[in-house]
Amino acid sequence: MNSLKTIFDYDTWQEIFGSVAKNKTRTVITVIGVLWGIFIYITLSGSAKGLDNGFDREFEDMAMNSMFVWPQSTSIPHAGFKIGRSPRLTVQNVETLKQQVPEIQYIAPRNARGVRSGPPASVVYRDILRTYNIYGDYPEYSSISTKKIYKGGRFINNADIKNKRKVCVIGERTQKELFEEDESPIGKFIRIDNVYFQVIGVHKFNPGGGFETDGDIFIPFETFRNLYNTGDKVNWFVIAAYEDADVIAVEKKVKEVLKRIHKVSPDDERAFGSFNLGEVFNRITGFADGMTFLSLVVGLATIIAGVIGIGNILLISVKERTKELGVRRALGATPGEVRVQIVLESVFLTLISGIMGIVLGAFVLAIINFFTQDLSDFPYTNPTVPIPLVIGALIIMTVLGTLIGLIPAQRAVSIKPIDALREE
Amino acid sequence: MIQINNLHKSYKIGSNSLHVLKGIDLKIDEGELVAIMGSSGSGKSTLLNILGMLDIADDGKYLLDNVLIQDLTETTAANYRNRFLGFVFQSFNLINYKNALENVALPLYYQGLGRKIRQQKALEYLEKVGLKDWATHLPSELSGGQKQRVAIARAMASQPKVLLADEPTGALDSNTSNEVMGLIQKINEEGKTILVVTHEIEIAHMCKRIVTLKDGVIVEDKKTNQTLIDTNV
Repeated sequence: MNSLKTIFDYDTWQEIFGSVAKNKTRTVITVIGVLWGIFIYITLSGSAKGLDNGFDREFEDMAMNSMFVWPQSTSIPHAGFKIGRSPRLTVQNVETLKQQVPEIQYIAPRNARGVRSGPPASVVYRDILRTYNIYGDYPEYSSISTKKIYKGGRFINNADIKNKRKVCVIGERTQKELFEEDESPIGKFIRIDNVYFQVIGVHKFNPGGGFETDGDIFIPFETFRNLYNTGDKVNWFVIAAYEDADVIAVEKKVKEVLKRIHKVSPDDERAFGSFNLGEVFNRITGFADGMTFLSLVVGLATIIAGVIGIGNILLISVKERTKELGVRRALGATPGEVRVQIVLESVFLTLISGIMGIVLGAFVLAIINFFTQDLSDFPYTNPTVPIPLVIGALIIMTVLGTLIGLIPAQRAVSIKPIDALREE
Repeated sequence: MIQINNLHKSYKIGSNSLHVLKGIDLKIDEGELVAIMGSSGSGKSTLLNILGMLDIADDGKYLLDNVLIQDLTETTAANYRNRFLGFVFQSFNLINYKNALENVALPLYYQGLGRKIRQQKALEYLEKVGLKDWATHLPSELSGGQKQRVAIARAMASQPKVLLADEPTGALDSNTSNEVMGLIQKINEEGKTILVVTHEIEIAHMCKRIVTLKDGVIVEDKKTNQTLIDTNV
């Protein structure tokens, strides 16, 4: 109780300020030690968070539990077929997959020209001719890979599919290249491989979404089918599993079903290719988590080193002040009061330097943020340190400061006042 | 005021034991000004340290103002020192980063007095030793005599029952020694009990009574013809 009173006593702090202010060099050196530690901690974990946020941003438009699957060629003879056969995915597979793999939430068959098969489409508007990759899509696709459509437009919907409408969604670059700057492309007709399509939307390009570009044109799947005479053929499936499903298991299951349908040996690993976004995402978030953990460990270690430095310097300072402490005790300072004073000096130094380090770290993070906020191809967004981590660091520092302060404090009171006074 | 009976104290130095005090009996009444004399090694400082509760006797009885001083923990010793005793040291022992006023106020801080009262009292005692104008000066800006006067003010500030001075003039020239002794006499005239440890016979004769120690025992205890100092400080 008594020591608690001392902590909140104005005079105690007066004494501590006096002692801290008197030994300026000592104070500055000590403060730098801890300041550096907390600065490293804040900057590192802030940067790790920035990286984490950056990855989140890269992936925000893509369902994390999604995957692609496409046919390659068989590597094992099976059911009377030779090797080297390329299975042909069809739209009928959609229903089968949906039935047999209940974890599937969305499944979007896609066809494309310019990417996996066929030449890109030549597109004409007025007197401009360009070629662009073209995709045949179902509306489901936008549920898996969110397509941001500029104001006034829309993505392909079910009616477009049903009526085989000749409508298209164009890319930012396509708009820039074909249309005047102040001209709205919505409602305009462009000629795609000699067929007129009405533009219904412009999609915002999202970097990092695989092989898609800012010039892609999306048209309804059924329209694509007619235009290029692809029949039932599907180039690849984009599949999203339910939130709680294990996408790796789903990937395996989907491939098993496809192998069965297309009479491919169950052991044939080459027949179907797949790309699992969840897996990649997990790896990347794992990396970001690792970074966060690393910065936590490094930061804490540096803080501890700094606090130990404080203990060290206080130990020397107690030695230097043996006489002063002896005088204080001759004048009536109890061992408890001396101890509290030394510990509070330690805590005070730790906290002051800690707070300065936090401010400095935040400042540096703000600078980093300023220089990286416009870099869209650099996965680094809004570097922040969560408040609980900052408070946690402060608590750890206070506790460590107290513990480390106990050593010099104990040293200070272990010297009898008479010995302290005798020391010249 | 002070009564000690059969006080013994020995120090262990290596494997040998050094018997410093060999049965001291001493009675000091209120308002006395006693010089404790002796050559170095006679045990006078040890006696003062025991009286000042900075050290503990091995054997014997010590009564301070009818309070039996025994079984002291560090904390109770600190409280007794704070309330009963004022110390004046040979090397002043002022805290060098505190100014005169703060130094004088320090024992009051450990008494738990409020800031305003401390400042006011400290200033009062600084005035008493003639250093009111020097209140905001650091010890390094004061002369030896001034430092010792600040130290005396500090010892007096807590209104102790007894003032213990260990060679208070040991580091001073004769002029300032007289100045300081004059101040001690003045304080004694006001009724304070004072013990002065010294090895200078002139200083001893400025006290009212001389107790001489030799080899751990009192060899002489006499009243003096006190040399009074003109106190025009």
